[in-house]
Amino acid sequence: MSPLGTQVVQAVVDGVLTGGVYALMAAGLTLIFGVMDIINIAQGILVVLGAYLSYLLSVHLGLDLFVGLVVTVPALFVVGVVVEWAFMRRLAERERTAMSILVTYAVALVIEGLLSVGFGTNYVELNAWYVNRSVHLLGFYLPDIYLFGFALAAVLLGALYAVLYRTRFGASVRASLQDRTAARLVGVNVERVATICFGLGVAVTAAGGMVFGATNAFNPNSGYDLISRLLTIVILGGLGSVGGALGAAVLMLVIEDVVAVVWSPIWSDVVFFAVLVAVLSVRPVGLFGRTLSRAQ
Amino acid sequence: MNGGRARHCSMSPGRRAIARSGRTSTRGRWAVRSAAALAALVSAVAAGAGAAAGTAPAHAGSGHAGKSPILIGASLSLSGDFSADGIAFERGYLLWQDYVNAHGGLLGHPVKMDIVSDASSPTQVATNYEKLISVDHVALTFGPFSSLLTIPAARVAQRFGYAFVEGAGGAPSVFAMKLPNVFDVALPVKDALVPFAEWIASLPKAERPTTAAYPTSNDPFTEPQLPVAQAILEKAGVKTVYFHVFPAEVTDYTPIADAVAATKAQVVLLGSVDVPTVSAFIHAFVQAHYNPKAFIATAGPDQGAAFVDAVGKANTGGVMVPNAWYPGYDNATSKAMVQAYVKKYGGSPSGVNADVAEAFSVGQVVAQAVKATGGFDNAKIIKYLHSGVTLQSVEGPVKFDSLGENLSSAAFAFQWQNGKFLQVLPANAPGSVKVLYPKPNWGA
Repeated sequence: MSPLGTQVVQAVVDGVLTGGVYALMAAGLTLIFGVMDIINIAQGILVVLGAYLSYLLSVHLGLDLFVGLVVTVPALFVVGVVVEWAFMRRLAERERTAMSILVTYAVALVIEGLLSVGFGTNYVELNAWYVNRSVHLLGFYLPDIYLFGFALAAVLLGALYAVLYRTRFGASVRASLQDRTAARLVGVNVERVATICFGLGVAVTAAGGMVFGATNAFNPNSGYDLISRLLTIVILGGLGSVGGALGAAVLMLVIEDVVAVVWSPIWSDVVFFAVLVAVLSVRPVGLFGRTLSRAQ
Repeated sequence: MNGGRARHCSMSPGRRAIARSGRTSTRGRWAVRSAAALAALVSAVAAGAGAAAGTAPAHAGSGHAGKSPILIGASLSLSGDFSADGIAFERGYLLWQDYVNAHGGLLGHPVKMDIVSDASSPTQVATNYEKLISVDHVALTFGPFSSLLTIPAARVAQRFGYAFVEGAGGAPSVFAMKLPNVFDVALPVKDALVPFAEWIASLPKAERPTTAAYPTSNDPFTEPQLPVAQAILEKAGVKTVYFHVFPAEVTDYTPIADAVAATKAQVVLLGSVDVPTVSAFIHAFVQAHYNPKAFIATAGPDQGAAFVDAVGKANTGGVMVPNAWYPGYDNATSKAMVQAYVKKYGGSPSGVNADVAEAFSVGQVVAQAVKATGGFDNAKIIKYLHSGVTLQSVEGPVKFDSLGENLSSAAFAFQWQNGKFLQVLPANAPGSVKVLYPKPNWGA
């Protein structure tokens, strides 16, 4: 294979593996967005919060990063439930989407402030034996952390998919997603569904945060650069579609990584957004979004 | 590299839009009307203050000359993208405040720093300096962090006739404004990599790298540095095998780093603005089992403990960074400052960020100008700083040209060796130790 061909294949592999990590970070966002009409601007800082929780457990208790998820995922579920109960359910339904931007931005600022006070603003990074190791396969180096992160994404997103499409609760979620009022009429406790969804969405973010922290140095401010990319993934994938988040994340990263290698990194975003515009002009609901949108 | 760091736009446009919309929407219509009235009021006050600034800048309690504290205003990025550097700068300013007050203040006036946060926003930093000058009536202003924020801030200070001495706005774009009130105490950015490039060029041919890679962030701090170094290296026969600019907002460096690794370049000059960028490249290089013979990054490795924590101590060996100061710098005031820092904030001397020295130097330069002009008249201070006088700072001598660049600042290169951050270049400079070359393999 020519040197350029080798680099392109490596870029595709990088894009697929990194896309899994981004999907983990975006899954919660699409769930919350799809079910509740809430644009969770705090998603980026929640990723960082997940990373810091993993950092705490790793540094102070010596817990492996993946084992630590047993603690951090439930912890962020509780954070999500509290945020939904304290702020989201109090938003008037008509203004929910617009107001949610402001409220979740305020939540992001509060969490950023608390993290700054608690951890300072110096960058830290999660460390484990697999963070710097890689597997040499067919002439390509595959970083262990990205392989593990992709596997984690597959498991968690698969579990989330199973919950949404194979359980009674999932049916309630999908009913709420399609038509909140009709769901109420057939006996779905929409508020309860929303609370659990918000909690689940934030809980999944704990896993994304852990992998993010193991692949990037971060500080309490690191969430802001993430949020625009996560929103893009969610829109491209289709609001409320967990599988769409994975597909869109992989597509985005593959396009950007290949363009960075073949052309120039400076054009990566431009090309990706051109693709995004093209896709949305053909499919306004995104790659995996449902044509039947919520009737409200 | 600290000299005039120009962290450019790593804050996403989306974030700025969110910040703006948040402020507007939460206040509501009453707030919009109030804001309009307030804006008119502020403009009127600003105009008055501006008229006053040219002759006799106010200071707190100006009716008690000789005893009342002098207010000095600065906007710093205490949150947002530049918060790590902003907080280090705040510490530098406050350490200087303690130092000058312990030595009798400025012309007998105790100094009080009036520091406000700009959240790393170029919009907010301009607003902050307007407030500091026209509402807080500070007598003097010190610069913010980064060239990105220095540009709008210096314009405001210029409008009010204030001298604007700063320590982190050394990008060519700052001096291209040709503002007469701007003075950067740090090393001009574009020359920062020269000692490193000249050292590579001076190596015997058998040892000299033959290929070089230049990945750089699209930042006014990094971009001017690499072409200067590239020209020196190419003249010495070091072939360029990779030169690409990447966006400052990039969050996934893996493909870029892998592309660099694929070239097998023997020397890598990375145009980085912070620790995460360097950390991401190093991790990707480690994972790709790629070990260049020399590796230098324009910023990040100078961040002491933050850098070591991010990349791991085993991966620091041989990593280099250009700079104008380090905690072991052989200067009496510098040593006293480092001791004072450790006493006040804890940690160890090697963990003191170079930003601290830049901020401290700003205070020193202004103090000497105040003393020489016998007052707080900004016009006289500006004229004095343009007079060609050589001043002293913890970073060494300071002498400004007509654009406000520090002509006397010397470029150095530093290297991590066995967990220590050491001055290595220029090789014949006092305090330099031998460069660790070739760089040890990652993890060694």
